[in-house]
Amino acid sequence: MDRNRLARQVALQKQSLFDQGYIDQQFIQVEELQDVSSPNFVEEIVTSYYQDTSRLIVNIEQALERRPLDFDQLDRYIYQLNGRSTSFGARKVIAEGALFREYCEAENAEGCKTTFQQLKTEYATLKRKLEAYFQLARQARLAETASRPM
Amino acid sequence: MNPSNGKGSMSTASSSAAWKAGDVVPDQFPAGLRVLVVDDDPTCLVILEKMLRACLYEVTKCNRAEIALSLLRENKNGFDIVISDVHMPDMDGFKLLEHIGLEMDLPVIMMSADDGKNVVMKGVTHGACDYLIKPVRIEALRNIWQHVVRKRKNEWRELEQSGSVEEGDRQQKPCDDLDYSSSANEGNWKSSKKRKDEEEETEERDDSSTLKKPRVVWSVELHQQFVAAVNQLGIDKAVPKKILELMNVPGLTRENVASHLQKYRLYLRRLSGVSQHHSSLNNSFMSPEATFGPMSSLNGLDLQTLAVTGQLPAQSLANLQAAGLGRSAAKSGIPMPLIDQRNLFSFENPKSRFGEGQQQHLSSSKPMNLLHGIPTTMEPKQLASLHQSAQSLGNMNVQVNSHGAQSSSLLMQMAKTQSRGNILNESAGSHLPTLPSSIGQPIISNGIAGGVIGRNEIGDNGRGTGYNQVAQTSSMLSFPMNHTTELAGNNFPIGSTPGISNVTSKGAFHEEVNSEIKSSAGFVPSYDIFNDLHPQKSQDWELQNVGLHFNASQNANPVQGNLDVSSSVLVHQGYSSRQQGSGQNRNISAMGRTMFSGLEATGQGNEQIMDQLLNNLIVDTPVRVKYERFSDTSSQNALFADPFGQEDLMSALLKQQQGNTGPAEPDFDFDGYSIDNIPV
Repeated sequence: MDRNRLARQVALQKQSLFDQGYIDQQFIQVEELQDVSSPNFVEEIVTSYYQDTSRLIVNIEQALERRPLDFDQLDRYIYQLNGRSTSFGARKVIAEGALFREYCEAENAEGCKTTFQQLKTEYATLKRKLEAYFQLARQARLAETASRPM
Repeated sequence: MNPSNGKGSMSTASSSAAWKAGDVVPDQFPAGLRVLVVDDDPTCLVILEKMLRACLYEVTKCNRAEIALSLLRENKNGFDIVISDVHMPDMDGFKLLEHIGLEMDLPVIMMSADDGKNVVMKGVTHGACDYLIKPVRIEALRNIWQHVVRKRKNEWRELEQSGSVEEGDRQQKPCDDLDYSSSANEGNWKSSKKRKDEEEETEERDDSSTLKKPRVVWSVELHQQFVAAVNQLGIDKAVPKKILELMNVPGLTRENVASHLQKYRLYLRRLSGVSQHHSSLNNSFMSPEATFGPMSSLNGLDLQTLAVTGQLPAQSLANLQAAGLGRSAAKSGIPMPLIDQRNLFSFENPKSRFGEGQQQHLSSSKPMNLLHGIPTTMEPKQLASLHQSAQSLGNMNVQVNSHGAQSSSLLMQMAKTQSRGNILNESAGSHLPTLPSSIGQPIISNGIAGGVIGRNEIGDNGRGTGYNQVAQTSSMLSFPMNHTTELAGNNFPIGSTPGISNVTSKGAFHEEVNSEIKSSAGFVPSYDIFNDLHPQKSQDWELQNVGLHFNASQNANPVQGNLDVSSSVLVHQGYSSRQQGSGQNRNISAMGRTMFSGLEATGQGNEQIMDQLLNNLIVDTPVRVKYERFSDTSSQNALFADPFGQEDLMSALLKQQQGNTGPAEPDFDFDGYSIDNIPV
């Protein structure tokens, strides 16, 4: 593929993700940290993020099953999840997380459960979109490298 | 300067060279600034690392506060600044902040996704020099060097105000420390002190701000005096001027006292928050829940014991003491944590302890771990108190020692059993307790041993991280080795610290320990250190000796246990030394370190041994004991002394001190603030 075209595509996709609110400025910043020594830096970050947080997601789910709900525990979990999400700018996930926290504070079980479902959706959606994005970015990089004069 | 960054940071060679310029800020400053980042979030950690590297800083990542603390303790001058998250599962960020402020006096930046005013305010009151809101931008990180420069400047100014007298004072202090270490230390102390002096002069690291900052060394003795003065005046009415007058230490300035008082107050405040649970404890250092909590998770077994002990602070201690020594039943000097430990040991199953090995550790270690949590400021005090108690025990130990070759063997055994790497792990600080467990059984033949061990542990705890570990191991070792009596005397080099002797005298512990140790035979040599230590009264950290001895014992003792013991002791020493600026810590850490290496070699429950050794050592300071025990879990992760434990011990110790005059010099007053000398 034409590397310019790929590069443009990558940029466009990133912009679209940004506009839709899936990622925010932090993501851009983190991406800027990428360099020759670590070309897949952002991808690695995101991968480790999903690995780390998948456990959290499970914990929250289990916690939500308990009766009565331990809101403090839930709040702690979500705080952790949010902390990690902010690191690379997963905006929608953070937003849902913040909402979840509010429901926790209000001790609204229903609200918590509903929000959590939404959060999980956003979490999964982001993963898909980012994966597609990274794939494209990798291709663009490869094309760039390939077309570089030796 | 030691390149302290162990985690893949760039070599510090260039930066050290840069700093050596002394008064001149290196041209590349702030490039090469050595940053330690602590955060349980791996994503954030990696991103921060990248950003900091982009700023040309040297970065060391750490995902656990305990690891961070041990790293900092090992490399006193290895870092320029610390960035830590507020919410971490293993330790509260603010607690870590206090520890660092007290022990290493480094600038600490807090960070969190939480930007609530209260949290930020908390950061300010705990002494953070800045507070960053996540997500952290690289721009925010570019200027963190200013905090380093500012701090240096302030310290320098303070020193200058105090005049050159401080330098003299400082020199004095180290000497005292040297005395403590005694020959057994093989000059660890001396070298560490020397190093400290040199460092003070060259300030390789401190020169980052181009200011040589001679620090006042708050040795255990000095801190003891300080605490005594404060207690006399009443914590509320204690003003630097009056404290200074009461202390009557030539060369000490009002500014020194003022800053030390500030830190001490912070420490107390923190302890009072933690020690609510310990109403029963004299010292109220340890909040049973708090301290034991972590422990339990770690040790499992000990937890219960500890909890129990926590509840019985005074009585147990008294019992232990009475049982062990048969003399002064109530060792006032010994902080509750110590007692608890003793209880643990004695209660647990003196004999079976070792059999259970780990379990024993837990019980013994737990108390020790408790100490971990106590910040250094507290530690000195506690140590001091422990020291006193230890000393009394020590005396008893002496008697015991005479019998003692066996205890060493016991220790060896313990070491063996324990060697499972627990010790090593604990070496980080909290592992000491593990040792005791293994040792527990054999040692306490006399009953004293048990006591001693307990003491040792505690002593360590008091110290902060360093001692506990060593003490524990030592105590443990010593006990088993001798049939109690021996422990007091020969076997536990660690015993030399007052704590150790206490341990042996305590008895209950001893028995346990002794039994185990018995099997090992060659320990005796190693414990000689203890003997040496005993004579030294306020050798805060005779552990040093222990450490040395353990090495010796290694040779002597055929059993791995020796190695384990020694390594554990060494490791602990390493920790202890880290903990305290004064020699005590060093000794212990040195010992611990050696021990650990030995242990590692053996691959056995080093931790256990260490713990025991440390326990022994720590007898003096309950704090110590606490400290070591907690991190039982992984042999290799021993580095973490349970901060809560220590803290609790410390507070308990402090309280004790305040409550009773204490047997001897209650305060270990290690150079909590300037632990530069600790030999690594």
